[in-house]
Amino acid sequence: MTGRITALLRRDLTRLLLSGRGGGAMLPVLFFLSVAMLYPFAVGPDAPLLARTGGGVIWVAALLAAILPLDRLVEPDIELGMFDQWALRGISEELVIAVRVIAHWLSFGPPLMLAALPAAALLGLDAKTLRVVEIGLLAGTPGLAALGVTVAALTAGLRGGAALSGLLVIPMAVPVLIFGAGSLGTGGASGLALTAAASLVLIAIAPFAGGAAVRAARG
Amino acid sequence: MSGFLLSLGPMQEAALSPTSIAVTDLACRRGDRVLFSRLSFRLNAGEALQVAGHNGIGKSSLLRIIAGLAPAFAGSVSVEGSVGLIDERPALDPALPLGRALAFWGALDGLGKSSQASGDLARLGLASLLDVPVRYLSTGQKKRAALARLLGQKSRVWLLDEPLNGLDGHAVELAETITEQHCAAGGIAVIASHQTFRLAAMRVLPLSDFALQERAA
Repeated sequence: MTGRITALLRRDLTRLLLSGRGGGAMLPVLFFLSVAMLYPFAVGPDAPLLARTGGGVIWVAALLAAILPLDRLVEPDIELGMFDQWALRGISEELVIAVRVIAHWLSFGPPLMLAALPAAALLGLDAKTLRVVEIGLLAGTPGLAALGVTVAALTAGLRGGAALSGLLVIPMAVPVLIFGAGSLGTGGASGLALTAAASLVLIAIAPFAGGAAVRAARG
Repeated sequence: MSGFLLSLGPMQEAALSPTSIAVTDLACRRGDRVLFSRLSFRLNAGEALQVAGHNGIGKSSLLRIIAGLAPAFAGSVSVEGSVGLIDERPALDPALPLGRALAFWGALDGLGKSSQASGDLARLGLASLLDVPVRYLSTGQKKRAALARLLGQKSRVWLLDEPLNGLDGHAVELAETITEQHCAAGGIAVIASHQTFRLAAMRVLPLSDFALQERAA
């Protein structure tokens, strides 16, 4: 069983992290950085304003960057017949989705946390705000990953699924965003704890909702 | 006890593990159309069945129901033994070289880099293609790769959906020989194909006999 999980995780990571065709992990990071770069151009070089709003911009950018890889999370494997072959080998859809949540988070969570360092410099955030942003991202991005995989499984096979999944993720990511970005204002641990709680709920739901969605998509 | 079972060779294991398919009063519905109904048959170890019939009569659907991938509209299917399926989708990552795409399934099937796996590849004429990305392979080459995946799975029940599509004359003979040997070793093969699949001791199931409009007429 462990060997199978390792094999699944290794394949998912190769596809999501290194895949040259899909842009791999680079595309969300570059998108995230370009938002952080464009924002000061748009609002002007007002240092106090940037420092006050910068944390929130980082959160919005992270949320939007998490949407980019959604269309290659689940649908290609359904089209290839991978899920059917897994099912014949007794590998449940729930297990595959759970492994995919981990791989998806690894492919965009830590890279975004790294990219938040230059982004914080571009927005002129102080060290204390940056610390809250980083801890918030650590607590919130696993939930965004779980939500992304769930929605990708729900919209797999639908026409215009990629655009639809983006639209579906945004409202459901609002709790994570409110608590994550809200913790910047209070600077307190309670906001971060609620971010992590919202994340955990999404992670707990993802394998079951995603697995059921993949089975329902099977004709 | 399990250690004793594991130490047996493949032939003895084949003789020990029960292998059968029993289909009882099966009906299949696609959308709001019932494709076939009251279909019953039984296959025991070593038997092969060709499901024949024109396009859209439900050959693939029957195979998917037997595989447990689609629900039966009515009736029941019970399968003993592990199931392997080949259909029109290769289930190999298009971007990966063939060798690595097959190695992924090898890892899941607990194959490792065994000599049997490389023997299968040479036999199927895939040994020279291992570095070629799957998306550059022809239809026939992908079909042969799917056969290699099926052999590695070591399943007792083979469900082959149009296994000869895109194969050249030599590869067709090879696919027939491989299936023959699988049945001789106590396996079961169900083949959905409109092409002739030459196999000694194979029954043919004309699915059109069970189609609704045929019986109404």
